[in-house]
Amino acid sequence: MTVHSSDEHWLIEKGLIVDPRQGLERLGRLLISGGKIAALDPMDDALPAGCRRVDASGCIVAPGLVDLASELGEPGCEENETIASGTLAAVAGGFTSLACAANTDPPIDTAAAVEFVRQKAARAGHCRVYPIGCVSKGRAGEELAEIGALVEAGAIALSDTPRPISNTALLRRALEYCQMFDRPIFDRPEVTSLTRGGVMHEGMMQLVLALAPMPAEAEDLATSRDLRLLETTGGRLHLSSISTAGSVELVTRSKKRGTVVSVGVRIANLCFEDELLRSFDSNLKVNPPLRSREHIDACIAALVDGQIDVLTSGHQPKSLEKKMQELDVVPFGMTTLDTALSLVITHLVQPGILGWRRVIECMSSAPAEVLGINAGCLSVGKPADVVVIDPHVKWTVEPAALHSRSRNTPLLGKELQGRARYVWVGGKPMYGMEDPDVS
Amino acid sequence: MGGQLSEELGTWAASWRHRHLLGLESLSAADITTLLDTAEVLSGRFKSQGQKLDLLSGKTVANLFFENSTRTRNSFSLASKRLGADTIEFASSGSSVSKGETFIDTAKTIEAMGADAVVVRHATPGTASLLSEHLDCSVLNAGDGAHEHPTQGLLDILTIRQKRGSLRGLTVGLVGDIAHSRTARSNIWGLQKLGAHVIVCGPATLVSRKWEAHGVEVAHRLDDILPKCDVLNLLRIQFERQAIRPFPSVREYALLYAMNAERMRRAKPDVLIMAPGPINRGVEITPEVADGPHSVILQQVGNGIAVRMAGLWLSINANCNKAGVSASDRS
Repeated sequence: MTVHSSDEHWLIEKGLIVDPRQGLERLGRLLISGGKIAALDPMDDALPAGCRRVDASGCIVAPGLVDLASELGEPGCEENETIASGTLAAVAGGFTSLACAANTDPPIDTAAAVEFVRQKAARAGHCRVYPIGCVSKGRAGEELAEIGALVEAGAIALSDTPRPISNTALLRRALEYCQMFDRPIFDRPEVTSLTRGGVMHEGMMQLVLALAPMPAEAEDLATSRDLRLLETTGGRLHLSSISTAGSVELVTRSKKRGTVVSVGVRIANLCFEDELLRSFDSNLKVNPPLRSREHIDACIAALVDGQIDVLTSGHQPKSLEKKMQELDVVPFGMTTLDTALSLVITHLVQPGILGWRRVIECMSSAPAEVLGINAGCLSVGKPADVVVIDPHVKWTVEPAALHSRSRNTPLLGKELQGRARYVWVGGKPMYGMEDPDVS
Repeated sequence: MGGQLSEELGTWAASWRHRHLLGLESLSAADITTLLDTAEVLSGRFKSQGQKLDLLSGKTVANLFFENSTRTRNSFSLASKRLGADTIEFASSGSSVSKGETFIDTAKTIEAMGADAVVVRHATPGTASLLSEHLDCSVLNAGDGAHEHPTQGLLDILTIRQKRGSLRGLTVGLVGDIAHSRTARSNIWGLQKLGAHVIVCGPATLVSRKWEAHGVEVAHRLDDILPKCDVLNLLRIQFERQAIRPFPSVREYALLYAMNAERMRRAKPDVLIMAPGPINRGVEITPEVADGPHSVILQQVGNGIAVRMAGLWLSINANCNKAGVSASDRS
């Protein structure tokens, strides 16, 4: 196996370069050198000696994907995922940066925990990992965690997800307090008293299956509360995963009033309908729950017109033994880092719903902006985090094709279209379906 | 299996292609009729013969009850024995999780003891379906949460058919806690497929208007629907499934929905009174109605054994001949 370093020079040519930040969407050549983007469309005689050429014909060349909150299992939930396996799945899925969720055991509510994650990620060496710190001590939703210390240690954002911040007073304080550190709060809006014990979206399919309901208004009410608070306090709020037509309407109205809020939607919530629960497949038990068609259509429309800013993987790996239980006790979650990009291509790009520019905006430049990290852009001088996406290749999701430690996906045995072909992180090739040609 | 009787049942066996009995929603009208016809034949033969039939001799049926049950469990047990099968009894009052074993592993262990069919009751919808993915033997759903209870639906339908000859054109009122009732769901699908008009009736907190999208009439006042119902099936209020009580008091519920002597006078003269049991006397039904001439509650119990005999025999038979059954045919 070739050992690569970030000192190598790579010329990616013949591909469609898509970079929304620069307004680029054209065939071109991209030179990576010294770990950075060295040039766009360099002449042959300007190429450094020993430059390797990558033929990206028919492919998209884009800034590496950025995920806003993947669960990486460590510390304490290694049966689901480790930082090494999760980041490997990330690069295989085209991601070069990810923010990791704080819902570990113990949770990331101390500076030491943040440092542990950073060290583990550096040791694994697959992609960039930005720890998210807890909003509240122990994620208990009662007292603010030591946010200053968390930020000092490297926490990129604050969140109690997947648990929503139910305590309204705490959310208000957190929004105010975090302004001192210019870090966003991530909240997943949900009124839990309306969803307690819930398994699936309340609707026609739930009526038939009689699984415990999770009504859409549980999300709508919390979205409304979050937005109203933000208007009062200021600060930075990211609604990490909305899924209802009501939330979309509220966000659209609030943005029109000038609220600075960013909004994410999980890919599974756009690609899978609640109808699929008819199979009783526990891998489809996710939160927010898979919704009915009208909610999905509203979210897709909002994504297309820019009211929803970010597409997130919603990566929640869960070990087989946890998913082999009755649906009411099965934990929520689906493993998605390996398949997120392919799902987007299969369900949104192929049918002509999303163009490539918007895909890269939602999965790279916008999430990078939410985190405030130096990523999501192919400008000269930027770190060379690059993905080459082959939109034409078809592949079958077999267990052996997944890099995540968990296999909790309803996609096993299913065919998807498109996937990452090559990935560079800081100029170092981290993933490739085959060895690129060397000139 | 079964010699001469087996040959008599050959027509139905040949048309039955389901290895499992998971619910009535996924069965066709012809399938349901096959089950009812088979139940009548098996029940009649058992009564006339006065001894066990040998259709399932050498076979083993496991009753896997993760939720309390008296009548369904005994009914399946008796049905198995009347067909000559051995039975394994497994009861777990709590969730399998509390014992550290998944319910799938528990079921696999029971199957490994040689079960040809597993009868499963569980508080969670979809559990019977899930087991059918993991076990090679037949799986019969004895109630999965509020989702389905197919043999209860079948015994209700069989009872109506015996009394009225056909379901076509009848109006059947399902009264009570529709939201939490597996009996209601199995009844709705089965009754509609055989041509009956179904009305669901109860407090708005327990009877969703969404049922109208499935061709079901929704009513919240029992007194309004009394004159048009040929059958009233009075379902139990499932207090144990309700986090927040959906009506102010039992007294008020009884006032609005209990079938009593006064309401009987306003019902059709030949109305059939049914209840899946256990009945709460004075809540859904008063004693004079439960024990009155219109009540077929005890006949329902007897028919329970008959339809379970049919379900067990047809499913196990199909599983034994699964070369001829589509691998994807899970229902």
